[in-house]
Amino acid sequence: MSAAVSLIDHVAEQFPEAVIASHSYRGDDTLVLRHEHLHEVAQFLKNDPAFQMNFLMDLAAVDYSVFGQGPTQAFFASSGVALRPSPQIPDDDPWPGPPEGARFVVVYHFFSTIHKHRLRLVVPVDESALEIDTVSDLWPGANWLEREVWDMFGIGFHGHPDLRRILMYDEFEGHPLRKDYPVKKRQPLIGPVN
Amino acid sequence: MSTPTEPKPDLAPPAEGDSPELQTRDMLLNIGPAHPAMHGIVRIVARLDGEEVKEVDVEIGYLHRAFEKMSEEVDYNGVMPYTDRLNYVSPFINNVGYCMAVEKLLGITVPERCQYVRVIVSEISRITDHLTCLGASAMELGAFTVFLYMIKAREYLWDLVEMVSGARLTVSYCRVGGVKADLPDEFAEACAKAFEETRQILAESETLLIRNRIFTDRMKGTGVISAEDAISYGITGPFLRASGCDYDVRKDCPYLVYDRIDFDVPVGTTGDNMDRFLVRMEEMEQSMRIVETALRDLPAGPVMVDPGTGRPIPAARMVDLAKMGDIGAFAGGCAVVGPTLEGAGLERYPLIATDDKRVFLPAKENAYGNIEGLMQQFKLVMLGHGIRAPKGEVYQAVEGANGELGFYVVSDGSGNAYRVRVRPPCFAIMSALPLLLVGDMVADIVPTFGSVNMIGGELDR
Repeated sequence: MSAAVSLIDHVAEQFPEAVIASHSYRGDDTLVLRHEHLHEVAQFLKNDPAFQMNFLMDLAAVDYSVFGQGPTQAFFASSGVALRPSPQIPDDDPWPGPPEGARFVVVYHFFSTIHKHRLRLVVPVDESALEIDTVSDLWPGANWLEREVWDMFGIGFHGHPDLRRILMYDEFEGHPLRKDYPVKKRQPLIGPVN
Repeated sequence: MSTPTEPKPDLAPPAEGDSPELQTRDMLLNIGPAHPAMHGIVRIVARLDGEEVKEVDVEIGYLHRAFEKMSEEVDYNGVMPYTDRLNYVSPFINNVGYCMAVEKLLGITVPERCQYVRVIVSEISRITDHLTCLGASAMELGAFTVFLYMIKAREYLWDLVEMVSGARLTVSYCRVGGVKADLPDEFAEACAKAFEETRQILAESETLLIRNRIFTDRMKGTGVISAEDAISYGITGPFLRASGCDYDVRKDCPYLVYDRIDFDVPVGTTGDNMDRFLVRMEEMEQSMRIVETALRDLPAGPVMVDPGTGRPIPAARMVDLAKMGDIGAFAGGCAVVGPTLEGAGLERYPLIATDDKRVFLPAKENAYGNIEGLMQQFKLVMLGHGIRAPKGEVYQAVEGANGELGFYVVSDGSGNAYRVRVRPPCFAIMSALPLLLVGDMVADIVPTFGSVNMIGGELDR
């Protein structure tokens, strides 16, 4: 764990203006970064001998717009004899919560095969400016992952070579993993009509 | 060429300027989405110059089933059947990976025997996955016999899977905090028999392929990728190891009880299709070694009711007794249950499930037999209850058959996950497919794509 804390500190020392917060919830070292500094921090993580994050394992986004506001469903609620929902299981080492003031976050999971350590970067993205820098120039594997984030959340990546939909089709309207996209929404059928 | 032939009149005349060179034109070749050599549904559009592949565009998404969206709609254990359908040739590994991510979020550990059981089923899944991949690739290169042999071996292993989980493909075997049922008593014996058959078949298939000129010529030197390129694309698993990098989640970030089990990680040198074939062949042997070690070391653990001395009582009779309040009549007894609940009786519970009552369903004897058990059952299955994980985010990686299978789970303290993200291992490999194919011949698309072992279920989710 001491090595892990030093990883976070190391980035925080190097980029004091970039790091908003950090935590090691359940042993996953996490840095919350301002999106303006994403590219330089990513480049640093890839090339610095103390990090050597040669793997971009995963790149995903989360829509925090309804976090903790889910409908409190309760058995028998409609009949007026509602039982209160169970409380959540208490946590000795609570999570600090999602970054405030931004609807989306983009989450990067890095791994280094040299040092065998992992690091998570969390980059808040506000709804008013849905674009951050691409890292596909550093890790070519980010190309498809960023396309998927664009497809599912509508977050753009500045400098991406080919930002198209990947899992959904071009005629699809909306971004399905956003929380305001209804699960049961139907889209018109496409293709030749016979 | 030297024999004089009359020029055919319908050949296109030379272009203006009378260039002596042959006029060539690139051709677009569309392979898929529904093509016998595209395992699953995927479309590859290749631009060809003669037989050489110049440019490749890969189109995926034909099997998108909104796994991640659906996972936000159902409770934690409700996701389990969906995870079966991610990589449907090795469903146990997906089950284990998802359960471990949620357990990490909850901060609980499962009993030691359960960890061993998870290792055993994961490794059996890895063998079935590799058998499918290698058998199908061999068939596409003309070795149909090998395909049938390997599918026969897979059948022996699926008999084991059926013994453990009751299903062959969509197993839904793990639960958050444990597994559905303990291994059956006769499992070790059946496993030894199945492995003996599998080993024979593997030896036979190897002799049929390794010295087969057609097979080796098409596999050697095609689809080459260097370790640096593979890493930059995020490729993991046997595909990466064939290029010479020995990264394996089981060794480098050990989970479950892999750090107590001795096994080797085979590594290739050239990163071509042949190396990937050999790495997968060796991994199957290593997986069998892991299963054998795990079965030998499988801890018996504490037993609550000794099935030898406990009085067996039909489950329905137990329910009747409990309804009449006659709990003393079946104290110390164990219920005789139907085949679906085999291995999940009260006496096996401490072996297979966490003792955290907020997470795991009670044994049926308790659910029907006493009020505490009934309440525990109610609090876990009723709407608005269920597993209420604390707020948080975790990432848990396991070694899938194709590489690192990661689950990133975010919870907001309610009964459903707030976000579930899967890192599908073959997504990274598919994104590197243009790099693998460009420069090779059009016929090399088939073995290279076969060695990717694309699984539509996990690629498109």
